[in-house]
Amino acid sequence: MDEKLTVRHWCRIASGLVIKDGEVVLHSGGENGVALLAAAYRHLGLNYPKFFKMDALSKAGFVAGEVLLSDEKDRFEPREDRAVVLFSSSGCEADDIHYRETITDGNYYPSPSLFVYTLPNVVTGELAIRNLYRGETSAYVLEKFDAKEIVRLVSEAFVDEKTKSVLAGWIDCPDDGSVDAMVFLAEEGEGEPLKPELLYKLFENK
Amino acid sequence: MSDGILIEGFSALSPLGFTPEENYRAVLDGRSALRLHKGEFGVRDPFVASLFDRVAVRQEALREGVSGYGFFDTLAIIAACKAVREAGIDPASDKVLFFLSTIKGAGCPLSESAKILREHFELKHPVTVVSNACISGLSALVVARRALLRRSDIEHIVVVGAEVQSRFIVTGFQSLKALSDEPCRPFDADRKGLNLGEAAAAVVLGRDTSGPGWRITGGAIRNDANHISGPSRTGEGSYNALKALMPLDPAPAFISVHGTATAYNDEMESIAIDRAGLSDVPVSALKGIFGHTMGAAGLLESVLSMKAAEDGIILPTAGFSTPGTSRPVNVSAALRRFEPSSKISFIKLLSGFGGVNAAAFFTFCK
Repeated sequence: MDEKLTVRHWCRIASGLVIKDGEVVLHSGGENGVALLAAAYRHLGLNYPKFFKMDALSKAGFVAGEVLLSDEKDRFEPREDRAVVLFSSSGCEADDIHYRETITDGNYYPSPSLFVYTLPNVVTGELAIRNLYRGETSAYVLEKFDAKEIVRLVSEAFVDEKTKSVLAGWIDCPDDGSVDAMVFLAEEGEGEPLKPELLYKLFENK
Repeated sequence: MSDGILIEGFSALSPLGFTPEENYRAVLDGRSALRLHKGEFGVRDPFVASLFDRVAVRQEALREGVSGYGFFDTLAIIAACKAVREAGIDPASDKVLFFLSTIKGAGCPLSESAKILREHFELKHPVTVVSNACISGLSALVVARRALLRRSDIEHIVVVGAEVQSRFIVTGFQSLKALSDEPCRPFDADRKGLNLGEAAAAVVLGRDTSGPGWRITGGAIRNDANHISGPSRTGEGSYNALKALMPLDPAPAFISVHGTATAYNDEMESIAIDRAGLSDVPVSALKGIFGHTMGAAGLLESVLSMKAAEDGIILPTAGFSTPGTSRPVNVSAALRRFEPSSKISFIKLLSGFGGVNAAAFFTFCK
């Protein structure tokens, strides 16, 4: 593990809550999943129409990215030194469910716009497009939330000499009604050391 | 990029054979399992694909002592069994780590297949699934290499890649109008799209020893930041991934390209290769033999490239006849030879949905 890596900013989305660095950004009464993400999109005053075409996983990644990066300087300058490395246990299951509905015998009209999201890594691509990140993007599926494995793989991403910062985290959307996200920026500098204990602690915010 | 990770063993299964040797022979003989399938998986429109004979796989599974699993997991387990045996390692050791590379797995959450693999081999560590679209296999090799460079507690990493076709995948690619109605023609002027394929392959990586063998001496993953389902017009990510491998020492004998035979992919690769100053390097694409084997492609195509390179062979690009990209690419439908010296190398290149691209540098020392 890389002792120098720290977490300065993080975002948690779960159970009707959107939190940034410990501060509640949005407390949405009873709304979860894509409804919560749509509420967050409106609350943040965003204008990115493509958001409405995205599946639940990409919507979650997009909103988490907006919350996390909103006050970053020179945010939309193309850069190759920031990677996007995301984890889940459900992958793109929420969108798989919708695509499967379009290929049943009774309703056979395979939808290309649903199909293109049936990959766990498309959310990393959406974050790269939005933020002009030309660095590494990687998506992993784990049996369950595993902070040790996340810390290891995020730290190992820095073996790539170009990578100086990683937008990383856990985004799990088993269906449209459930979003469980904890996304953070890992880089060298000020902040809490990137350790499994920290990720477990941040994950408890809900 | 001098840190080398040794390749200790590999396997490759496709409809053309269940060993790397059988698959290599098939490519040299120009055989392909690409066939027109009608009604397969309940798909309404016919499609051309390279699909396993299910009965033959079941018999192979019995020979390996593998039973009780679904088709996808059976294939992944057989591929792992063969590679682990060749490498001579004990998968149940706490010094062994597994990665699984796949896009759609068994058609259920991929974590299910990770669990099956872990339980079957009684692994001491959880299996991490690398699901990075069509670059997954190469992604997994790059990530496994990094893990071995950083982790003192792990001695061997088994990277297993597998993909089986389904109604889900075939109808999806049909809906995108990405499929060719004939065997695909990488880099050809008349290319009409890709064919899907099934395969499983595994590579066992170990920490470097100074002896002879194949090593992965560099690897990078880069995003286009352009489009989720189409490659960059400037080959941005692929170019940046190639650039990250440089300097290339020794000079690569060939580039094993992605070469899906879609209009956009092959055009993009020609631009990326040209921008990287590699347009003179011979290029070889295998999708005209195996189809696009998705999560297995990075492993299958790397294994076959290693076998060919050792023999001083640049594999033929089946389906190619007339150049059809805006930038020159040194591609040939015929087998070509080079004089293998004591050090050989090649580049493996892949791209995929989500704007991802990967490049890895393989070197061989006699």
